[in-house]
Amino acid sequence: MSETFTKSMARNIYLGGSVFFFLLFLALTFDTTSALPERDNRGAITPQVALGKKVWEENDCIGCHTLLGEGAYFAPELGNVYERRGPDFIKAWIAAMPTRAEGRRQMPNFNLTEEELDALVAFFKYSGEIKIARDWPPNIEG
Amino acid sequence: MQFKSQAVAKPYFYAAIGLFVGQILFGLIMGLQYVVGDFLFPAIPFNVARMVHTNLLIVWLLFGFMGAAYYLVPEESERELFSPKLALLMFWIFLVAGALTIVGYLAVPYAALAELTGNDLLPTMGREFLEQPTITKLGIVVVALAFLFNIGMTILTGRKTVVSIVLLTGLVGLAVFFLFSFYNPTNLVLDKFYWWWVVHLWVEGVWELILGAILAFVLIKVTGVDREIIEKWLYVIIAMTLITGIVGTGHHYFWIGTPEYWQWWGSIFSALEPIPFFMMTVFAFNMVNRRRREHPNKAAVLWALGTAVMAFLGAGVWGFLHTLAPVNYYTHGTQITAAHGHMAFYGAYVLIVLTMISYAMPYLRHNAPANHGRSQVLEMWSFWLMTVSIVFITLFLTAAGILQIWLQRASDTPMSFMAAQDQIALFYWMREVAGLVFFVGLMLYIWSYFVKPKEHAAAA
Repeated sequence: MSETFTKSMARNIYLGGSVFFFLLFLALTFDTTSALPERDNRGAITPQVALGKKVWEENDCIGCHTLLGEGAYFAPELGNVYERRGPDFIKAWIAAMPTRAEGRRQMPNFNLTEEELDALVAFFKYSGEIKIARDWPPNIEG
Repeated sequence: MQFKSQAVAKPYFYAAIGLFVGQILFGLIMGLQYVVGDFLFPAIPFNVARMVHTNLLIVWLLFGFMGAAYYLVPEESERELFSPKLALLMFWIFLVAGALTIVGYLAVPYAALAELTGNDLLPTMGREFLEQPTITKLGIVVVALAFLFNIGMTILTGRKTVVSIVLLTGLVGLAVFFLFSFYNPTNLVLDKFYWWWVVHLWVEGVWELILGAILAFVLIKVTGVDREIIEKWLYVIIAMTLITGIVGTGHHYFWIGTPEYWQWWGSIFSALEPIPFFMMTVFAFNMVNRRRREHPNKAAVLWALGTAVMAFLGAGVWGFLHTLAPVNYYTHGTQITAAHGHMAFYGAYVLIVLTMISYAMPYLRHNAPANHGRSQVLEMWSFWLMTVSIVFITLFLTAAGILQIWLQRASDTPMSFMAAQDQIALFYWMREVAGLVFFVGLMLYIWSYFVKPKEHAAAA
């Protein structure tokens, strides 16, 4: 780099640039926070949905599945599973695991109670009704 | 080695390498489970293997960063480490806590681990990469604080250089943003929004400061180029990192319930994120070309140049590949993401830690600037084997991802997830083979520590 561009100029760009863009990011975060109540389906969060999220987390479902596209890519997207499969199928499927079909990917049985299964379904219903840009995913298969 | 206390870096580096081996073994298990679904089931279900794989990666990179700091900071500050004893104590606490957590993942079902560790009191578990029990997370905070205190005191009471200040800034940022891992609201959108403040602002933010500082340190040492020039480069690179990377977080806010404008902010800023990585490549080659000395540790120079190139390819090019919102609409949550993740982590963070280890180890083990020729040759072989394998792993996963998108998302008659997975099994098999070659490369790396010099070289 040329001699006219000094180290202190570089440092000032670093300090000024980081501070400016961090503040911009905070401003966008603030705006998002105020826009979210219209989008994030928070009105649907009941104690049952909260329990469902706890069941989701405490069995590390994200270790195989994606939820709104984030997670592991070993098993299907579940953000829209309520719409794709419906409540009864979801519960029956989870209860029937593992399939033990030879050579096929296996899902453990998590020994969930009826209450926990219902809560998980409620959680999926809630996440499926979050307003997502362009209605991602592109189709029902996730 | 200029200062006695730099020796505390050694156990950190050994632990890093040991955990790296574990990470790759579990990666191989997962890779096989992609095609032989019931492999090791029910002993090690996929989600457990994945937790071990990703958590070991994070922990060994943290060991590497800490070891790098303990080695680099005394030399930059021109004084002994503030407290080598504290550094050793934290080493054992971190190692035992890490090992217990991994044992916990493997020994009991995750739900039992959650209950055992009182997840109800402060639920933080079960989110990707942040699967650690809350108590482990608190332990990480304690270790990080003690570490920052130790490093901070050394830097602030010694010579302050740009390298050490940038490193310290990165490490403080690492600790600060980790605190968001304790925020886990029931509101899924908020949960995801702030989850990225740990994950993105780590790997596409403050970790790049750590990466830049370590690379600058090694380049100063092996090229002998004037520190002023290297520090100027370092400032420009990290300036571009933060200018593009902070708002670049927006590329994770396309499809999680956040407002539409993030598609613009995220696309534009993250499209600029390759710039600092490209500058890093230009920087590294420029400095090596203008070198004023021939450092005998050729392997370290290779690792350093490899970092610059592979970080640009993995983080820069493969990141850009799927970062524009209209593209990401199709690629989000597919094997494309996995492809990018593998090469970016390897190129940027695995290689920078191995660069530092390669540079420091000869001083730490033999008080010499370089290992003997045979050991270096093995190291270079391991570099090429691991690097070429990761390139192939990335290419196979990219191919798998494109097919997956074609079959499952772009088609007028979309296939179900599992039907599409069956169609792309060939690429998963090839990825697994590339993974085995990677493992061979890693074994050669470890062998390089034990290999004896040639007879005549030893006699001379």
